[in-house]
Amino acid sequence: MDAARPKLNGFGVYAIAYLAFLYLPVAVLPIFSFNDSQYVAFPLKGFTLKWYEQLADSYGLLNALGNSVRVALCVSVLSTILGIFAAKAVTRYRMHGRGGLIGFIMVPLVIPEIILGISLLMTFSLSDVRLSLITVGIGHLLLCVPFSMLVLISRMEGFDKSMEEAARDLGENAWGTFWRVTFPIIFPGIVASLLLTFTISFDEFVLAFFLSGSEATLPLLIWSQLRFPEKLPSVLSLGAIIVVVSTIVVFVAEFFRRGGVQLTPPKV
Amino acid sequence: MRVWFMRSESARGYALLSPTLVVVVLGLVFPVIILTTLSFWKQDYVDIIRTFTFENYFAFFEKKIYYLILYRSIRISAFVTLVTIVLAYPLAYYIAFHVQKNKIMWIIMVTIPFWTSYLLRVFAWKVILGYNGVINSGLMSLGLISEPLEFLLYNPTAVVITLAHAWAAVAILPIYVSLEKIDRSLIEAARDLGESAFMTFLRVTLPLSLPGVIAASLLVFIPTVGDYVTPALVGGTRGIMIGNIIQSMFGKALNWPLGAALSIISMLTVTLAVCVLLGGTRWYRRRVG
Repeated sequence: MDAARPKLNGFGVYAIAYLAFLYLPVAVLPIFSFNDSQYVAFPLKGFTLKWYEQLADSYGLLNALGNSVRVALCVSVLSTILGIFAAKAVTRYRMHGRGGLIGFIMVPLVIPEIILGISLLMTFSLSDVRLSLITVGIGHLLLCVPFSMLVLISRMEGFDKSMEEAARDLGENAWGTFWRVTFPIIFPGIVASLLLTFTISFDEFVLAFFLSGSEATLPLLIWSQLRFPEKLPSVLSLGAIIVVVSTIVVFVAEFFRRGGVQLTPPKV
Repeated sequence: MRVWFMRSESARGYALLSPTLVVVVLGLVFPVIILTTLSFWKQDYVDIIRTFTFENYFAFFEKKIYYLILYRSIRISAFVTLVTIVLAYPLAYYIAFHVQKNKIMWIIMVTIPFWTSYLLRVFAWKVILGYNGVINSGLMSLGLISEPLEFLLYNPTAVVITLAHAWAAVAILPIYVSLEKIDRSLIEAARDLGESAFMTFLRVTLPLSLPGVIAASLLVFIPTVGDYVTPALVGGTRGIMIGNIIQSMFGKALNWPLGAALSIISMLTVTLAVCVLLGGTRWYRRRVG
């Protein structure tokens, strides 16, 4: 008898049904991207790779992909650096109004993205800043910093402050302590933050919609293709690639974030 | 000065936090001030006239269409929130109370779809619910229906389904956390004192998990009011929401000040709705507790 095994009661059945609901749309894209038909409908007509071949031929796609990757790389690095500073500040120092300040940094997560998008658009426009990938990046940074901060706060809260103090007592300066003690310990959190924020920026549509200039990111390209029914299957195949890659990246990120070594020292 | 700085923990904390704060102030606070200012200006063809006027706010109340659509957005968003929470709660409950091993695995499973492109998920629902879409063609090739079901796409129901899916993780996580925090002995005590399983849930578990439910409601409700991608792709004309109107003011309709005013009005309405929700919970707590 295995007592630890969850019983398959009503809740268990519901949980499985719910997961099916969650993964159904994600599964639809890859399935129909291999379907040899212009229409996304049952019955499946046969296996083909032609939609993927069409993708490889289109110039706009590679261009947009490059743009998205560039923006996402810059945003993830900047956001993680800001996240490290912020997480270190709120976990290592007693500060007045700590909760309020964390809440303040989280605000971009809570307000509708369209409001964020148009306020930034108006600000750039009134201050004569030309819309470009940089303005898109600024918008994304605002959205990513709260995630970086949260991921890194939970990592820093998990390890004992006395390890850093010991390094200081043994003669390391602040910089040395960071590189030789803090950094290795929070490293999994840094990786998780980089991967998550990269995905957020890479997939983000609303802010890019308002803040991009002449250069399109990948989600913008997809949006523009949705109007043409004949482009539908190749959008599906592009979507399938993005979904699969995002899923793998996020899975790795979550593994780093949740797993890793247990750092809390045993209670004496 | 330097000595004071090194001694004061607070000051060093603020110094470390300042780059992030500067980003949020420049990227959020400042632009929202601009948004508010612009809402009191006026559009004149392609130019914006910088004189103070309430005209845009009057336009909202004069033209019925704006507040009818805002009202509809609030109603759809409230319904989306309700559906999302009701669907998410049992799953969070299952993970918190029934899963013994690998809880983290479940949480990761739930979060993964949330991270993958929002636009693509909405697009996938459009493909699934469409007139010649996956569900209709599937049911027809199985012989269960002879004509495509028309009520699936281009209406508020499609918006609700799509968003209940999109916000699943946002709803499940806070509810799960609050359920996980509940002291199990309280539940055992209620059972030992003769309450039925259902009454125990109603009088112990549910009230104690309310903070999570409230957090989840806010995280779902607020962004939904401003959403325009889902209504645009699956909502049809009856599913148009205020986000679509605001977006059009920055596109085809070209009236930034009016768009700004509509945004401000929407945000104030959302704040009001949130206050009503929080007030309602407090009342419920006092009654139960």
